[in-house]
Amino acid sequence: MIKRLFLAALLLVGMAVAGCGDSRSHSNAVYMLVDTSGTYAQEAGKAQLIINYLLGTLQAGDSLMVARVTSRSFSEKDIIAKATFDSRPSQANAQKRAFKDQIDAYIKTVRGTAYTDITGGLIQGAQFLNETGAGTKTIIIFSDMQEELDKATIRNFPISLKNIRIIAVNVVKLKTDNIDPRRYLGRLDAWQKRVEGAGASEWRVINDLERLDAIFSKS
Amino acid sequence: MTGSEYWMVWPDNAAVSVLVLLLVGMAFLYAARKPVHHLIGSLGFLISGPLRIGARWLLAAANDMTQRNKAVLLAHGRQEVGQRIEREFERLGAMVTRDLQGYPALQRKLLDEITRVEEDYKKCGEVPPPPPDWVEAVTAMANVKSSGNEMVQKVLGEINRSVTSIHDKALADYRRAYETRHKILEGFMPFWRSLDKTMAQVDKKLTGLQDSTAAVDGHMAKYEQINAKTDKAEHALTVSAFTQFAIAFLVMAVASGGAFVNFKLIALPMSEMVGAGDYISSSLRTSEVAALVIIFVEASMGLFLMESLRITHLFPRIANLNEHMRHRMMWIALTLLVTLAGIEAALALMRDMLISDKQALLHSLATVQQAATDSWVARIPTAGQMLLGFILPFALAFIAIPLESLIYSTRTVGGVLLAGFVRTLAFVLRILGNLARRLSRVLINLYDVVIVLPLLIEHLVKAPRAPAPGKSRRGADAEDLREQSR
Repeated sequence: MIKRLFLAALLLVGMAVAGCGDSRSHSNAVYMLVDTSGTYAQEAGKAQLIINYLLGTLQAGDSLMVARVTSRSFSEKDIIAKATFDSRPSQANAQKRAFKDQIDAYIKTVRGTAYTDITGGLIQGAQFLNETGAGTKTIIIFSDMQEELDKATIRNFPISLKNIRIIAVNVVKLKTDNIDPRRYLGRLDAWQKRVEGAGASEWRVINDLERLDAIFSKS
Repeated sequence: MTGSEYWMVWPDNAAVSVLVLLLVGMAFLYAARKPVHHLIGSLGFLISGPLRIGARWLLAAANDMTQRNKAVLLAHGRQEVGQRIEREFERLGAMVTRDLQGYPALQRKLLDEITRVEEDYKKCGEVPPPPPDWVEAVTAMANVKSSGNEMVQKVLGEINRSVTSIHDKALADYRRAYETRHKILEGFMPFWRSLDKTMAQVDKKLTGLQDSTAAVDGHMAKYEQINAKTDKAEHALTVSAFTQFAIAFLVMAVASGGAFVNFKLIALPMSEMVGAGDYISSSLRTSEVAALVIIFVEASMGLFLMESLRITHLFPRIANLNEHMRHRMMWIALTLLVTLAGIEAALALMRDMLISDKQALLHSLATVQQAATDSWVARIPTAGQMLLGFILPFALAFIAIPLESLIYSTRTVGGVLLAGFVRTLAFVLRILGNLARRLSRVLINLYDVVIVLPLLIEHLVKAPRAPAPGKSRRGADAEDLREQSR
């Protein structure tokens, strides 16, 4: 009897280890858009803080990509750094150090751009996140959410952000927002409608950088 | 007539309508009295019958279970006490071999010492000095009359001088002989002491032997009681099983704490080996399962080690192995256990390194840099973790002992609890069955209360035609009996 029980337990453990694994991905993939347009480029230091927080929080096997928002952001050239961290924690730590160095180097040389193409960045971010096959996909938009496009850039078409969480961080108030706060609230509402209409699983705004833990907490 | 007044048989008079309806209803109910009584009685029986049968079956099953539990308990107790008696006999045998094997030598030593003491005793016996032959000559000479003869006086003087010197010499010899005897007597002392010591040793060994035989007697009495299948023996074994279960459970809980600490030590470094991104379920990583498997393998090796050392007896196949194979198995299990302990120590070190690396990374990411501490105090946790990683597998190996107790006592405890549960269930079913029967009677009586008016009329009509009161009473009694038998 005992022998049978022992064999059954061994079999169960063996099965669990051998082939009964959970096929779903449990990894996180984060695509962070850093707005460098106009005066918002001055906020780049805060973006560095957020990236450092992400580097400290993301685990082995997770992915992190940081891209800048420029006049036309739908381009691989705008990606500052990207990495899928190794499944071994020691290697992942080394990758994170290298990632941090890349970001530090970029922050020192950041320059403002004339226009702000957030939509282009979102489309590119969604593509990259879908390619990772991660279980949880998040786009962090470090911006004032004021999109400004030149006349030649076309972004007024439906986009797909299916199963992607969109988190707007450090959405600062513009001078015009101070005159009429409805502009600010309206801008946020418009973005919420747009991303939710595009199929995003979540929309969240985090302005208090002390509460960055909300980035990964489920609503 | 509105919709709600359709039942009124007497329009615009509800009271009369109700009364008429009641009377009509009562008449119908009276007419249907017997079939309804039968129906309610049958329903009561329909419900109570299976419940009572079920209760009886459960009770029989509980009794059967108790008998089987008793048989298993007594068999297990017999085996256990038998083993204990065997062990006591082995101890007794070893004691007899160790202590009484040297008994002939001890006896020879005792005899030698006694013989020597006897010889010495004989030696120190007082030997009276032989009467000198010259005493008679001296007496004869003393009777010679000197009568002033110078010659005689000279001879007597000479004799006196010789006798005095001889007397002194004899006295000195006598004293010397006594001194020698005293010395011999003084030499007795160590022999007496040795004899005393030897006798004390014999006494101690015999007392030990007596104690062991008393223990064997106690076990034998218990064995006889078990063989006789007495209730006392069964009760004692049940209590013992409950105690064993509680103790084993407690020890297993403590061991589970140890296993948890062990798991925490190796779960993180295992992710370095099998990767941190693989999941078995939504909250269980492959690395955690791998760590668990290592802990289970360690516990299994400990189990095999204890089995091959014959401390536990969970696997008869191992217990039946020949000595050579058993020793080989023991060494294999021990080697694997030591290897796993070494691996755990290495993993514990790796864990510390990974945590340090992570901390360093977090410090580099933080805005405020922390001062690095590289003192020997910082190395204590590392050493402690490594030591813990090495020791815990061996500590886990001893789980086999409480596990065996838990398995064996669970059979008894589980059996007793299950039998109790089945008995309780039988009791509940019996109560429900009785409740259904009683309820059917209550309903029958309630039915009669509703049609009390027709019954009263029936009674009044039948009363003049009724037989003698005694007969009527008997009829009522018979009806009651019939009801009860139902």
